[in-house]
Amino acid sequence: MSTPYAKLPAWADYGLIPLINLAVAFLVAGLVVLLVGESPVQAATLLLKGAFGSGAGIGYTLYYATSFIFTGLAVAVAFHCGLFNIGGEGQAYIGGLGVAIVCLSFDGVFPWWINFPLAILGSAAIGAFWAMIPAILQAKRGSHIVITTIMFNFIAASLMVYLLVGPLKPMNSMAPQTRTFAQDAWLPKLDWLLELFGATIRSTPLNLSFLLALVMAVVVWVLIWRTKLGYEIRTYGFSPKAAKYAGIGEARIIVVTMMISGALAGMMALNPVMGDQHRLQLDFVTGAGFVGIAVALMGRSHPAGIVPAAILFGMLYQGGAEISFVMPNISRDMIVIIQGLVILFAGALEHMFRPSLQAVLASLAPKSMGMSATKREGA
Amino acid sequence: MAPAAIELKGINKSFGAVHANRDIHIEIPKGTIHGIIGENGAGKSTLMSILYGFYQADSGEIFVDGGKAEIRTPNDAIAAGIGMVHQHFMLVENFTVLENIILGAEGSQLLNAGIARARSELHRLEKDYGLEVDPDAVIEELAVGLQQRVEILKALYRGAEILILDEPTGVLTPAEADHLFRILRMLKDEGKTVVLITHKLREIMAVTDNVSVMRQGTIVATRRTAETTVEELAELMVGRRVLLRVDKGEPNPAAVKLSVKGLTVKDSRGVTMVDGVSFDVRAGEIVGIAGVAGNGQSELIETIAGIRKAISGSVLLDGTPIDVTGAADPGELRDRGLAHVPEDRHHVGLVLPFEENENSMLGYHDDPKFLKGPFLNIDAIRADAREKIRTYDIRPADCRLKTANFSGGNQQKIVLAREMEHDPGVLIVGQPTRGVDVGAIEFIHKQLIAMRDRGKAVLLVSVELDEIRSLSDRILVMFDGRVVGERGPDATEGELGLLMAGVEAREAAE
Repeated sequence: MSTPYAKLPAWADYGLIPLINLAVAFLVAGLVVLLVGESPVQAATLLLKGAFGSGAGIGYTLYYATSFIFTGLAVAVAFHCGLFNIGGEGQAYIGGLGVAIVCLSFDGVFPWWINFPLAILGSAAIGAFWAMIPAILQAKRGSHIVITTIMFNFIAASLMVYLLVGPLKPMNSMAPQTRTFAQDAWLPKLDWLLELFGATIRSTPLNLSFLLALVMAVVVWVLIWRTKLGYEIRTYGFSPKAAKYAGIGEARIIVVTMMISGALAGMMALNPVMGDQHRLQLDFVTGAGFVGIAVALMGRSHPAGIVPAAILFGMLYQGGAEISFVMPNISRDMIVIIQGLVILFAGALEHMFRPSLQAVLASLAPKSMGMSATKREGA
Repeated sequence: MAPAAIELKGINKSFGAVHANRDIHIEIPKGTIHGIIGENGAGKSTLMSILYGFYQADSGEIFVDGGKAEIRTPNDAIAAGIGMVHQHFMLVENFTVLENIILGAEGSQLLNAGIARARSELHRLEKDYGLEVDPDAVIEELAVGLQQRVEILKALYRGAEILILDEPTGVLTPAEADHLFRILRMLKDEGKTVVLITHKLREIMAVTDNVSVMRQGTIVATRRTAETTVEELAELMVGRRVLLRVDKGEPNPAAVKLSVKGLTVKDSRGVTMVDGVSFDVRAGEIVGIAGVAGNGQSELIETIAGIRKAISGSVLLDGTPIDVTGAADPGELRDRGLAHVPEDRHHVGLVLPFEENENSMLGYHDDPKFLKGPFLNIDAIRADAREKIRTYDIRPADCRLKTANFSGGNQQKIVLAREMEHDPGVLIVGQPTRGVDVGAIEFIHKQLIAMRDRGKAVLLVSVELDEIRSLSDRILVMFDGRVVGERGPDATEGELGLLMAGVEAREAAE
């Protein structure tokens, strides 16, 4: 009787519970909309229409989702190791430096399809480096990684401000940003992908890095569940004592996992910098690193959950912009509220509905439930 | 006839689909000691938790002294005169005995009056039941047996007429356990009712009047203790005949495989846990380390296995030193043929959320047969796990099942299968049968003997004295971090018990 509650079937664990948590988050958000004097139903309609009602809407939704997939995967990989990487924001920001260095150096030299892999390497390497320092501090000195990664967000921000008003700013420019890259350092747009779905297209920022994000989701799945390293990461994440017993070096696994996490966060920069703005700007991350935490929580740290969760948040970002456009009472901060509610219900209150759902399911279909092993074995 | 102290009628309790208690009927006469025995997961603790108000039964009724009792919280239970002594004591370590006893029953906002009242009441209880404890001693300075006495006093102070003890002897030396039983008999003579939950058959025979056997959530039998035998109870618990004796031949000790010299280990607080311990383990013998839990056995085997660092001393494996004070690594030791079944299988030996097959290679995941380059060879891993499931009769035979869903005995078999199947030269085993059902104990003991007979060196640590005595070819007794004596397998329980209690070896021999 070590587990007081019977196990939930997978569809309920991974499907129903996140949906219930999400529904409650939206209900509460609806109440907030009601409080500011607008109609929640109309707001929800605007949200959905804005996000999926047009080809451009879909394009923007997926563009935002691309960033969230990268940062969500980054947080998830660290979660599997029992580490809470709050530094995705800073790692992504500094990852932009890697993209910019490659693009500024090689635009006009190489075609995009050579610049792209170089920029992937650059962003991943710098992101990994930025996560490596807190990881080493955790592994060797016991400095808590939550604290250090938050602090590294601020260091990243200050460093980028310095670089963008100084060394990286072109002469005679007033704006804190690099020069625009030449066209051969631009990622191809994915308008053709949207046209496949019959969308009539105005230009959207959706670009090739969306496909890279999907590839990375598969890569992360393989890494976590099909490689020796992933096995070691999960062992350490579930039980550091068992990892030690199994001869898995604590310092090595923490540092390697955080570097992978940082690399994934760093790659997020490809999407806005190389795919859309074609220059490095101040604050281009705009909170995607933090949204990644919500995405990873909602997606239960599984790539198959992270991709839809990222698209959901892409929808909130894009549709939320529509709402604030039509309903001036509702600012874009509404999205931050919903985001916070999702984190609250999907993360912090994860177990709130579980016991009652288990009781309901148990009474509905006793046989389909995970009976305890000893019972199933029979007398 | 007086009404029963406790009568349970048709108690049912489910957790989700798990039917932990199924239609339980029990009648416990006043002024008796009633044993409840059963394997882990049989539902003993659930039943007692219902009686003490931690859980609510789904259906059924509880009668106390003939009257129907509504027990929704532990406070209701206390009001009904039921007291509970938990397996893990619920005492505030840095409070005195008195302060612990009045905790939750202070009586007023100011403590002095309550303390004075408690002091005189305590005095009376001590006289009546022989429960002697210094009321002003601080809990953490008391021996475990005395702490348990404080728990009993706590219950009596609250007016308990019915005392439930959950696995009370797990942490006691044999002498302390005997003392506890004397106290229980004295309580009985004063008209109190005692419910004793245990999985140790010997205790049931020694102290109870009646015994109820639980299996898979139901009471399968209630017997008068005087009219039953250990064999019958074991059979009722498991549901089939059990071999309680371990059959083994003479050992064939050969070359020294493991040699420990002057090993000293401190814990994280700097307290010396292992103090200059030296011994050898030869191929083809089982060396047992006996001792009350917490006398350094755990730290000793963890250090040999490379999980913990030593302050000084040396360990030789096949004549080659292990760097116990520095970079000893469990992975490297495994490669050198030292396997380790850890005491804590839930947190160390297994990763409970993993599938069975993932645990089946834990620690051996560097083995090329499980890998294809950096990738896991899933087919090979599962085939290997299925093979071990077959050889060790692990149930259910499903290598994709989450490890947490296996029973304690089967979890332990997963660990044993993994560590034994890699054919180590030295096997270190900690508490091989803790929380393991009787049926699996038999199997595990046979496997350990088979290891020995294949010429392997086995170092066994267990707090179960019976286990040590029946398996070991040589017995070392640890007390306070030191080896205080070595005995043969024919040493009597009393002799070992004195050593375990720290009585000098010379006195024990007399």
